[in-house]
Amino acid sequence: MDAAAVVTVPAVELSRVSVRFMSERREVTALQDISFSLEQGSFLTLLGPSGCGKSTLLRVVADIVAPTSGVARVLGEKPTAARLKRDIGFVFQDATLLPWRSAIDNVMLPLQVGGGSRPQHAGRSPSELLELVGLAGWEKSLPHELSGGMRQRVSIARALLGEPRILLMDEPFGALDEITRDRLNDELLHVWRETGTTILFVTHSIHEAAYLGQKVLMLAANPGRVREIVPIDLPEPRVRAVRDTPEFGAIAAHLRSVLETC
Amino acid sequence: MASATSETVTPPNADVQAARAAFLAAQSWLRWKRRLLPLVGGFSLLFVWWALIAVFDVKPFIAPSPLVVASTLVQKSDVLLSNLWPTVIEALSGFVIGNLFAIAMATLFVHRKSLEMAFFPIVVLINSIPVVAKAPILVLLLGNGMAPKIAIAAVICFFPTLVNMVRGLEAVSPQAMELMHVLSARKWEVFIRLRLPMSIPYLFAALKIAASASVVGAIVGEWIGSQQGIGALIIQATYNFDSALLYVTVLCGSAFSVAFFLAIRMLERLCVRWAPG
Repeated sequence: MDAAAVVTVPAVELSRVSVRFMSERREVTALQDISFSLEQGSFLTLLGPSGCGKSTLLRVVADIVAPTSGVARVLGEKPTAARLKRDIGFVFQDATLLPWRSAIDNVMLPLQVGGGSRPQHAGRSPSELLELVGLAGWEKSLPHELSGGMRQRVSIARALLGEPRILLMDEPFGALDEITRDRLNDELLHVWRETGTTILFVTHSIHEAAYLGQKVLMLAANPGRVREIVPIDLPEPRVRAVRDTPEFGAIAAHLRSVLETC
Repeated sequence: MASATSETVTPPNADVQAARAAFLAAQSWLRWKRRLLPLVGGFSLLFVWWALIAVFDVKPFIAPSPLVVASTLVQKSDVLLSNLWPTVIEALSGFVIGNLFAIAMATLFVHRKSLEMAFFPIVVLINSIPVVAKAPILVLLLGNGMAPKIAIAAVICFFPTLVNMVRGLEAVSPQAMELMHVLSARKWEVFIRLRLPMSIPYLFAALKIAASASVVGAIVGEWIGSQQGIGALIIQATYNFDSALLYVTVLCGSAFSVAFFLAIRMLERLCVRWAPG
């Protein structure tokens, strides 16, 4: 990744970001004093127990949730500016496809809304993106004709339309069976290497976090705060066999022991 | 959920083929039963009707025999048709107007919550007044022509469509709204691309109710001071103790109502090809 050395502006930079939600009964601190920086082109996984604010953190970066205090920067700008420039692609836990649209029409949605924020040069075309995620030949299928894994691939293709510089993924494979999840993990790494985009990936699976990420950001719950940033020293490009190595086992064991204290 | 991918190829085995043939035969017998049994049921009820009239010697001004009804249907077909048209026009116009108003108001309610809070309870209140009580008020307001009948049909259609349309427009998932936000979609784009298509199945559920209800509305409207239409013919036949004419008129009205319902259902099948859920 020599390109990363040239680029100076971090893809994502959070300094002392806190998010508090008010409800009638109490005030919930979802995130407290989160600070970290993510260089462009890198792959960071966010790992933590449920309720530690992983999803909220992604939503701060995506300009869906505004921080109560602290500053969030995306490519050196406010998250709103990055969103309006379509620098951000978001993949949800649920594929969130429009059920009346075929696969290709779902991928095309970003071209049809958001008026001025439409990308000038779309990069890969919708059909090329479907091919990239392994769905060539399924363009005309409706979401209910696709399996859960295929639907999630469509949503990844949609998020990649317009070549966003940052891809935010909120437990995208959490609802899938393990075999499908393993395959999609490999395909995601392939997409990441092909596109060179920065990926911020939320998961509650230790193995997924270790296998995908160059670094793992571990969050502790109540309130959500950074516990540890663990660099993953595994050979690149990652291949599935690496999971059977003692090095991978040691990393997973370390993540697990930290997670137990979160 | 089973899609084309789950097609399995069976080996050319004699046992398997015999089992498949038996299965297909059972399936086709079941299909025939489904088609024939309702006919058998219908004809047996007609027979019971005919037998009751014959055995108890019921007078024709109290209830007609099915045979008399059938012959009246043929003889009076021109009278029936000339009275059916006004009802059809009133019901269809009321249907279109009532539903358009309901869709417009639902759109308004979804975008301006305070309007919904202000006016929805009043709509519920007006809806709780029975049609037969609303009808005279509208006749006084709108006179004796087609207008009050159309208005009554429209008022009847309005409520179910309003309620379902609001539900449908709000049936979008929070994640879909977040997706639209990330894509910087404007409010009208969210409406056109997300809320409106999402509401179509809900809309059709309401339209199917409204189709039958609009015919009821038009007929009830015609009961009050009208010279033509299915409703007027019903009143006229009743006062003349012409039970055969009364029965064929009712038959005619319900045939139209069923046809209207089926037309909406066909339209629904064309529009909603994506199975929700």
